[in-house]
Amino acid sequence: MTEIIAEITPDIVAEHGLSAEEYQKVLEIMGRVPNLVELGIFSVMWSEHCSYKSSKRWLKTLPTDGAQVIQGPGENAGVVDLGDGLAAIFKIESHNHPSFIEPYQGAATGVGGILRDVFTMGARPVMNLNALRFGAPDHPKTRHLLAGVVAGIGGYGNCVGVPTVAGEVNFHPAYNGNILVNAMTVGLAPTDRIFYAKAVGAGNPVVYVGSKTGRDGIHGATMASAEFGADSEEKRPTVQVGDPFTEKLLIEACLELMATDAIVGIQDMGAAGLTSSSFEMASKGGMGVELELDRVPLREVGMTPYEIMLSESQERMLMVLKPGREAEARAIFEKWDLDFAVIGSLTETGRMVLRWHGGVVADLPIDPLAEAAPEYDRPWEPVEPPAALDEANFPEEGDPLDSLERLLATPDLASRRWIWEQYDHLVMGDTVERPGGDAGVIRIGDGPKGLAATTDCTPRYCLADPKTGGAQAVAEAWRNLNAVGALPLAVTNNLNFGNPEKPQIMGQIVGCVEGMAEACRALGTPVVSGNVSLYNETDGQAILPTPVIGGVGLLPDVAQVPGIGFRGEGEEILVIGWTTGHLGQSLYLRELFGREEGAPPPVDLETEKRNGDFLRGLIQAGRLSACHDVSDGGLLVALAEMALAGRGPQGPVGCSLTVPAGVASLAGWLFGEDQARYIVTAEAAMPVLEAAEMAGVPAQTIGRTGGSELTVEGFGHISLARLQAAHEDWLPGLMSGERAEAAQ
Amino acid sequence: MKSAVVVFPGTNRDRDMVRALEGASGQSPALVWHKHSEIPKVDLIVLPGGFAHGDYLRAGAMAARSPVMREVVARAESGVPVLGVCNGFQALTEAGLLPGALLRNADLRFVCRTVTLRVENTQTLFTGRFAAGETFDTPVAHMDGNYFIDDEGHRRIAGNDQIAFRYADGAAAGPANPNGALDDIAGVFNETKTVLGLMPHPEDATDPLHGGTDGRKLFDGIVEALS
Repeated sequence: MTEIIAEITPDIVAEHGLSAEEYQKVLEIMGRVPNLVELGIFSVMWSEHCSYKSSKRWLKTLPTDGAQVIQGPGENAGVVDLGDGLAAIFKIESHNHPSFIEPYQGAATGVGGILRDVFTMGARPVMNLNALRFGAPDHPKTRHLLAGVVAGIGGYGNCVGVPTVAGEVNFHPAYNGNILVNAMTVGLAPTDRIFYAKAVGAGNPVVYVGSKTGRDGIHGATMASAEFGADSEEKRPTVQVGDPFTEKLLIEACLELMATDAIVGIQDMGAAGLTSSSFEMASKGGMGVELELDRVPLREVGMTPYEIMLSESQERMLMVLKPGREAEARAIFEKWDLDFAVIGSLTETGRMVLRWHGGVVADLPIDPLAEAAPEYDRPWEPVEPPAALDEANFPEEGDPLDSLERLLATPDLASRRWIWEQYDHLVMGDTVERPGGDAGVIRIGDGPKGLAATTDCTPRYCLADPKTGGAQAVAEAWRNLNAVGALPLAVTNNLNFGNPEKPQIMGQIVGCVEGMAEACRALGTPVVSGNVSLYNETDGQAILPTPVIGGVGLLPDVAQVPGIGFRGEGEEILVIGWTTGHLGQSLYLRELFGREEGAPPPVDLETEKRNGDFLRGLIQAGRLSACHDVSDGGLLVALAEMALAGRGPQGPVGCSLTVPAGVASLAGWLFGEDQARYIVTAEAAMPVLEAAEMAGVPAQTIGRTGGSELTVEGFGHISLARLQAAHEDWLPGLMSGERAEAAQ
Repeated sequence: MKSAVVVFPGTNRDRDMVRALEGASGQSPALVWHKHSEIPKVDLIVLPGGFAHGDYLRAGAMAARSPVMREVVARAESGVPVLGVCNGFQALTEAGLLPGALLRNADLRFVCRTVTLRVENTQTLFTGRFAAGETFDTPVAHMDGNYFIDDEGHRRIAGNDQIAFRYADGAAAGPANPNGALDDIAGVFNETKTVLGLMPHPEDATDPLHGGTDGRKLFDGIVEALS
């Protein structure tokens, strides 16, 4: 065997992120001291990022089955049946650490990676979404990070030509040192042409396609599995650089090849690059693999086997072809000016053997690595249930319209137009519901069916009560899909947490996953794919627990999407679902009174299901002219959003709201964040109220559309122009630096 | 009307364009790969939007030097109408078929939103369906749409009625001019008005469920003129 390095010292082991116990296991599996290449391979395969070693035990408790599920977790992405011979393929994935270090490239390659996970399986990507979390708006890094991340997401997705149709953004000081960038892609594929990452057939050629391999991103997976310290920005060289143009060519070339039957198995080279892709493919097929590293297309001279195996250069794929089909495949990739190299073949040895310059540079068994990675049952502490709101100390009720105006200009409620106007949300010509609504909607083919998608999480709820927060994320995604008339089919999740070696953080993970599992079961939306991002801590400060849900739903007819904007004057406004006036953990308390207090609103899954099914029925029967779910900020904020998004001749359409008699707390009724609610409009209220009564769903008429003001009867009115200015000006103001300068 | 849509590596609004042309003409356009040096005999050649060659070097610069462009230039010079949208407009300026250049957006950000256009010259084969001074709504989606031309060129195209569309006030949110374009110019003709380039995407405004239907007048007018 070619000598790579004389001695593996404890320091080298530690640098590779392996514990002493894990290194012992390496020695047992190898039966000898590994060389540096082998150690590097162990290191990335057993990193938290690739192995899910801290979360696996809990992920197993999530429901993953359903009649609609074609492929659950464990593949590149989840696959759900849409009928008519079509499947939706989707997944969400984090690129948090790289995006903090280099926001543009970190976010861009996050989009590139998730696109590849989806088209690897044979799907044409049709929608991109994202879920972003930044630090306090006035933190010195926030503007730089936000500008870079948004430009990176746009720079990649716009060039590749996949519309970015929806997303969510929160700001909180807990993300000052660890922003979150979660990217989701949804693709469409024929159900009889779905490709898996399973490599079978001894002697079949292993083929490398796409970009050349460089030194970028080496040990990215290990970096994503450690806490940040003050030196983290020195890790910039481990951030990959994206080339969306090559990705676009790769999509077209792969889909062209997939239209033939030449492919046995295919996997993108994501985290841990060639190492994880070859290991996972061989492991799934129970095969061995031999690679000739001299044949790997390289971008730089003098690269070592260690670097070749651990590089995270982007826009690369590994595939196993049927024997004799190499020439046909090569012609397609050459047409698209992409590299194509047969770099090895499958064997029956169950071992990975790497050759380089005529010698063997690594020889290790595959199963213990890919399948028998360490799994920990880390100690955890249940999170103390939050104290109830101190009602004696309840905030004084001010002018509700003044409160509304101020709330609309707060970081979590202000318009995101500045962000989504930088995303091409129209390319491909099928976008029916643009960003700014409850869920993105595209038409499938020539219609009438459509696909809806959304990303959701309310981290402040998850911090206060992880179980309720986990359930709420699922429930909000469910509501957002219902609100566009879609039947929610399944979800993907992105579990973003702090350091799992701390029992309090593990407690958050356990609680959130438990709530998520319950909600997914109750609402019939299994988890078909997902990603875990742990160690989101800097100098001991953990992020808020942020288990993001990406939901996908099916619309029978895209023409039925009601939209959130009021459609015209004189329509009845109704609220579906019951309002108790729950102010615990509300944005009203946090933003206007600085109080992050109380329990989050309870999530009653039976009620969610009943209300959501009822609402979807109304939309699909064509009985509503507008619909919006009630979430952050409560009822009055939702109404204002509907008014500002109005579709009257001049755009916005006003409304007048009547507070029901006997409401215990005006602020609670207007700004409470009770779950399972939607605001709808209809020409006549009576038929909706009657249908609600039949269905056992609470519904009440609360107002009427019209005018150019928002009026709360008995409490005054405010012009839509003022609300619009409050809502629209906050983010552009922040990004142009006005606020920062005014504060100085 | 027979048409051809040129596809470069990185073109990504070809589907949108094909659908709009099919809707207006009832015929599927021929797709021509950039490495081909021949284009079928057609009434209209279209360069659609996207990021041809990744927009590396300059937007449209490498596309303008693709093998197929020699034929596009030859056909245009022989009078065959050519339409370039967004990246296609950029390529047509780089190829010298249209005056001026498209610079990076003034605020240095990609912009995707609806804008309002005013039709400045209705006496052309592209714009015959519009009334003089008519405005219509259509989306833009670009990083480099900031039209620029030197003073002399500006006087020349203005004097020769080569300004096709200007950004105008309308129902759309945000400032009328989305990219800082000189004199609010959104689209220009060549001297003979047989070549049109514009930054906005009328092909994404041909469907009531997608971006509205204001763009249909452009395509219907072209079909009417060329059939």
